[in-house]
Amino acid sequence: MVFLEFEKPLESLYEQLEKIKQVGEQGVIDVSDNIKELENTIRAKRKEIYTNLTGWQKVQLSRHPERPYTLFYIREITKKFTELHGDRYFGDDKAIVGGLAQINGHSVVLIGHQKGVSTKMRQYRNFGMANPEGYRKALRLMKLAEKFNVPVVTLIDTPGAYPGMEAEERGQAEAIARNLYEMSQLRVPILCYVIGEGASGGAIGIGVGDRVFMLENTWYSVISPESCSSILWRSWDYKEQAAEALKLTADHMFEFGLIDGIVKEPLGGAHTDPAGMAKALKKHMKKELSELLEMDPDARIAARIEKYSKMGQFRLKEKAEAQSEEESKS
Amino acid sequence: MEKESMGWFRRLKDGIQTATKFKKEAPDGLWHKCTNCGETNTYKDLRENYFKCPKCNAHERIGSHDYFEILFDGKSEELFDDLESYDFLEFTDLKSYTDRLEKAHAKTHLADAITVATGKIGRKPIVVAAMDFSFIGGSMGSVVGEKIARSIDYCIEHQVPLMIISKSGGARMMESAFSLMQMAKTSAKLSQMGRAGIPYFSFMTDPTTGGVTASYAMLGDINFAEPGALIGFAGPRVIKETIKQDLPEGFQTAEFLLEHGFLDFIVDRSELRDKLDDLLTFFQKAA
Ligand SMILES: [Zn+2]
Repeated sequence: MVFLEFEKPLESLYEQLEKIKQVGEQGVIDVSDNIKELENTIRAKRKEIYTNLTGWQKVQLSRHPERPYTLFYIREITKKFTELHGDRYFGDDKAIVGGLAQINGHSVVLIGHQKGVSTKMRQYRNFGMANPEGYRKALRLMKLAEKFNVPVVTLIDTPGAYPGMEAEERGQAEAIARNLYEMSQLRVPILCYVIGEGASGGAIGIGVGDRVFMLENTWYSVISPESCSSILWRSWDYKEQAAEALKLTADHMFEFGLIDGIVKEPLGGAHTDPAGMAKALKKHMKKELSELLEMDPDARIAARIEKYSKMGQFRLKEKAEAQSEEESKS
Repeated sequence: MEKESMGWFRRLKDGIQTATKFKKEAPDGLWHKCTNCGETNTYKDLRENYFKCPKCNAHERIGSHDYFEILFDGKSEELFDDLESYDFLEFTDLKSYTDRLEKAHAKTHLADAITVATGKIGRKPIVVAAMDFSFIGGSMGSVVGEKIARSIDYCIEHQVPLMIISKSGGARMMESAFSLMQMAKTSAKLSQMGRAGIPYFSFMTDPTTGGVTASYAMLGDINFAEPGALIGFAGPRVIKETIKQDLPEGFQTAEFLLEHGFLDFIVDRSELRDKLDDLLTFFQKAA
C-alpha cells in the first residue's frame, strides 16, 4: 500500500495491526479482541481523514499512483474493445487512447487520457500529457462515432496538454480549439467523466459534453495548483493555498454549475476498490447514455451550447454603482 | 475617471478625431525607445507610423481603442460596455482579485480586457472585439467570454462579420474553472456563427497565448497576425523549463506560425485597414 502524506496516521495503525496479527499467528496469546479494536480504530480514522479532505489532499488522491486509469475502466466496463490508433496526419499519441467498445450491448466510442502504471510506462504515456496528434486522434474517433450514430464517452485524466516545442510546431492550440468547436456541434451524445486530473486546456480538449461528471476525488481547474503558485505567488511553495483558492474540487464545480454531477468514490479513493469504482461508473454511464440517446440530436446540440453559454459570472455596471451607493448610504 | 472616459466616447461617437489613450498618457514631445532596436523616436513620429518603429518596423503593443481608430471609418459604437468582472470566488493570492480589478480599472480606464465596437470599414459593417493586454495581462475571464458570446449573437442577428483582435496571456486564473469554461463557451458560440454562415476574422497580436489561442484565436475562417507577434499555447518560459534547453530564434512568432501552416497571412499594421476592407468585400460578394 502507498500512503500519502495525510494518510500517515493510518500507516502506523496498519503497521500495529500487522504486528499484532504476527503475534496472534504464534498462537501463544489470543489477540482477536486487540485486532477487532484496532480495526475499529482504523475504520474511524479513515472516516475522519477522508470525509474532511482539503482541496490539495484531493489533488493528491487524484494523482495516487495506484489510481485506476482509462484502460482499466475500459477493460472493466466495456466488452469487445478495439483500440484505434493514429490521427492520420502525423502519428499515434500514447497519452490519449480510444476505440470501439460495447457497453451493455450498445456500441460506444470511448476516448480517454492514459497515464502509465510503471516508471517505464509513465514515460511511454508521457504522463498523460497529450500532443496535438492526441487531440486530433480523439476528434477523428468522434467524427467516426458521428458518422455511424454512436455515442461518445470521454475519460479525462491529465496534468495538462504537453508544453513541448514540437507540440507548438504542430499546433497544440489549434488542435484543442478545433475539438472545442467540433464537439459543440457533434450530432451524437457526448458524455464526459473527470476520473483523475482535469488540468486546463488539456482536459477540456476532450471535455465538451452534453453531460460532464467528476469522480469524487478529482479536480478540474484552469491551471494546476503548482503552476498557479509559481505564477501568482512567485514560488512553488504555495500549492496548498492555490488549491484552496482555485476551488477546484468536484463539490465546488458542482456547486458552481460547471459540471452536471459527482460520482461517489469508495471511502479512501477509487484505488482502494477499483473494481467497485468501475462498477459504479458503468451503472452511471448506462443511465446517462440512455437518457441522452432519447433526445433529438438538434435539441441535444442546442442544449449543449446553451449550457456552456450560461457559464460565467459577471455583473452589470449600473447595478454595481447602485450597490456601492447603497453601501455608502448605510 | 468615469466621466472622463464617457466624454471620450461621446467625442468618438461624434466622429471627431480624438486623442488615443496612448497619446493622452504620452505627450507628442516625449521620446520612446524601441524595445527591439533601441532607436529613440518621438511619440508623434511613432503615432504617425501606426505605433511601429520607423527604423526596424517593430510593432509596439497598442490598445483596443487604437485599433478602432485605425480600422473604422470615423465613428463606431461600443457594445456591451455595461459588463464588468467581480471577485465571485473571493480569490486571493499575494493580492486579492478585487484589488487587481480596481488597479486595472484605474490604470486603463477600461471595463475589462476586451472592448467591443461596431462600425464600418470601407462602408461595410463589422463588429470588432479587441483585447487589451494592459488589463490584467489581457486575461480571459467571464466578462471576456460573455462579450464574445454577445458579439456573436449580435453578428448573427444583424448578419455582420466579426473580427476578434487577440492580445492575451491566456485564461484569468482568478476565475479558475469559470475562465477555463470560457474556452468552451466561445468555441461553442463560434460554431453557431459558423453554422449561420457569418465570417469570423481572427487577428492575433503580441502576445496571444494559452486558453485564448486554444479557443477563439485559432478558430477564424481567416487567421492572421501582426509581424513578430508571439503566438502559442504554452508560454516560452514553461516550454524552456519542460524541455530544459533554449528555444530557437523566432520560435512561436507569427512568422513561425505562418511557416507551420497555422496562419493565412501576416499583415503590417499600416495595411490592416485595407486588408480588412478587401476581406469584407470578398465575403460580401460571396453572399
Ligand atoms: Zn526599432
